[in-house]
Amino acid sequence: MADLAIDPRLELNPPLVQGGMTYSDVTGKISSIVEGKAPKQWWIAMAVAVPLAGLLFLCLGYLVATGIGVWGNNSPVGWGWDITNFVWWIGIGHAGTLISAILFLFRQKWRTSINRAAEAMTLFAVACAAIYPLFHTGRPWRAAYWLFPLPNEFLHMWQNFRSPLMWDVFAVSTYGTVSALFWFVGLVPDLATLRDRSTTPLRKTIYGLLSLGWRGSATQWRHYELAYLLLAGLSTPLVLSVHSIVSFDFATSLLPGWHTTIFPPYFVAGAVFSGFAMVVTLMTLARWIYGLENLITMKHLENMCKVMLATGMIVGFAYGTEFFIAWYSNNQYERFIFLNRAFGPYWWAYWSMITCNVIAPQFFWFRKFRTSIPAMFVLSIFINIGMWFERFVIIATSLHRDFLPSSWGYFTPTWVDIGTYLGTFGLFLTLFLLFLRFLPSIAISEVKGVLHQQVSAGHAAHGGSH
Amino acid sequence: MLEAVLSRLGLPGYEPEAARQKVFGVIGDFDTPEDLLRAVRTARAAGFTKMEAFSPFPIHGVDEALGAPRSPLGRIVIVFALLGLAGAVLLQWWTGAVDYKLIIAGKPLFAVEPSVPIMFELAVLLSAFATVLGMFHLNRIPTYYHPFFNYSRHAGASNDRFLLAIEAQDPKFQAEEVVRFLDSCGSRHTEVVEA
Repeated sequence: MADLAIDPRLELNPPLVQGGMTYSDVTGKISSIVEGKAPKQWWIAMAVAVPLAGLLFLCLGYLVATGIGVWGNNSPVGWGWDITNFVWWIGIGHAGTLISAILFLFRQKWRTSINRAAEAMTLFAVACAAIYPLFHTGRPWRAAYWLFPLPNEFLHMWQNFRSPLMWDVFAVSTYGTVSALFWFVGLVPDLATLRDRSTTPLRKTIYGLLSLGWRGSATQWRHYELAYLLLAGLSTPLVLSVHSIVSFDFATSLLPGWHTTIFPPYFVAGAVFSGFAMVVTLMTLARWIYGLENLITMKHLENMCKVMLATGMIVGFAYGTEFFIAWYSNNQYERFIFLNRAFGPYWWAYWSMITCNVIAPQFFWFRKFRTSIPAMFVLSIFINIGMWFERFVIIATSLHRDFLPSSWGYFTPTWVDIGTYLGTFGLFLTLFLLFLRFLPSIAISEVKGVLHQQVSAGHAAHGGSH
Repeated sequence: MLEAVLSRLGLPGYEPEAARQKVFGVIGDFDTPEDLLRAVRTARAAGFTKMEAFSPFPIHGVDEALGAPRSPLGRIVIVFALLGLAGAVLLQWWTGAVDYKLIIAGKPLFAVEPSVPIMFELAVLLSAFATVLGMFHLNRIPTYYHPFFNYSRHAGASNDRFLLAIEAQDPKFQAEEVVRFLDSCGSRHTEVVEA
């Protein structure tokens, strides 16, 4: 029997839980984040996030009081930063579902330390995304009647279900709901752990109610595991459908640069790309704030870098394909729009996108960059910026030069556009920091399951039957 | 004192304390999942049938050892998936082609192709709710009270301990004997737990 210390497999597959942690160490380490005092870094981050979230509500309040003219959208660019930010935030969320559902179905055990935080990120990103279409209606208190088929007194008519915008309403709201259910189901056993460790009556009551009386009995685990598998199975096609349907908003129109069949897979790959970048940004920070090196190991981070490299290559390939098809179609409008993208008034946005999305991830071919925290942190920020530019380029360049040169224009954001976008970061960060503070940010029971397999495999390698 | 008064009043639905003192079962506490699994197998071999294991994470093999049937959740979910699908067809057909006919871009009032995205989304939405609520129902949660929590070391089951309960409903149940049996299986702390 091979000795564990010199097992060559170990070089390639380092253990996912390191530092010789026991089950009780796992419980203690993760619960201590919730139970102990918040570290200074947490307060610093909150001090940045909360005022920004305040800015969001200020901008939205101003928009509702004044009208959507306070945004820069106007003819010919009727969709500006609002839909850019909507698509960007929805895309960010996709990594959470990919990690929690798709990697679960593929039995990728490295997902366990990061899935909880990534799912939380999904929920908060969807919340930020939903703000844009809701407030673009101008009267968000009536939006429910326009968006959902609710019988009402104002319209005396039904929605047009043949419109991709309606499909989008159903896709995004289903996605948000299912993600929330999946997240909560995953939390229940860990909330029971927090309940059992609670020392104050308030904590005991809150975590007791939230954990629903979970006991961890074999019967409960049996139904629970099947429910988790089913939710993963449902979320997998769902997450692929969401960004496909978001892309239909563009692809079913007749505008050059939008009317392409490449959009659904290209949007999904881009969403996963940007989502993983956001997970890396947040995880490197959370790991640093809370010293989670033994749970969020270099292997987790390196794997995420590999996913970014792969999806970044898909996105880069899609940019190339678009250009090729524009030339190959021999359609003068299509050719014009693509040349205009790269060399027109928005050239700076296009080349920022190429630099951030195509060139930046190439560093991940090298192990040195995949295993360097500062490098991956910086590159992940570049990718986040690049994916924002991608959406902006698609939207602004296709709209700003209409078929008739008399209908040409240039989109400039207003301070409300900028404030709203910065504000969604504030909301997102505030929610994420509250989540880190009050809920188990790593799936305790799942990590223990992985640790158990690791321990059993270790015993098997030593040839010792326990 | 209060007990004495209440039992003499003979209120409907009130049981005197002596009658309420029922036993849920005996719970033993094991160090590792392997120890628990071995105890379950030994208990089954000894003829116990009403047992429940408690652990901080699912342990594979415990279900088989306990002789538990497969979860019926999948069958519940497929019914709701089909309901969601059918609901989406009815919604889009009735609103667009029956109740409020509006021709847009000369397209048919109802067709399958543009209805597919919402058919898919509603099928997923209903399935997800069926999965979660079905799991809650099968697991009898949320629940406010369960005798398991009367066990003094129940908190171990959400940390690093592996518990085995042999319930009083078991035909072979004899409190003292079961305590001795679980001790002999390697339980670190065996307790008779009240219902």
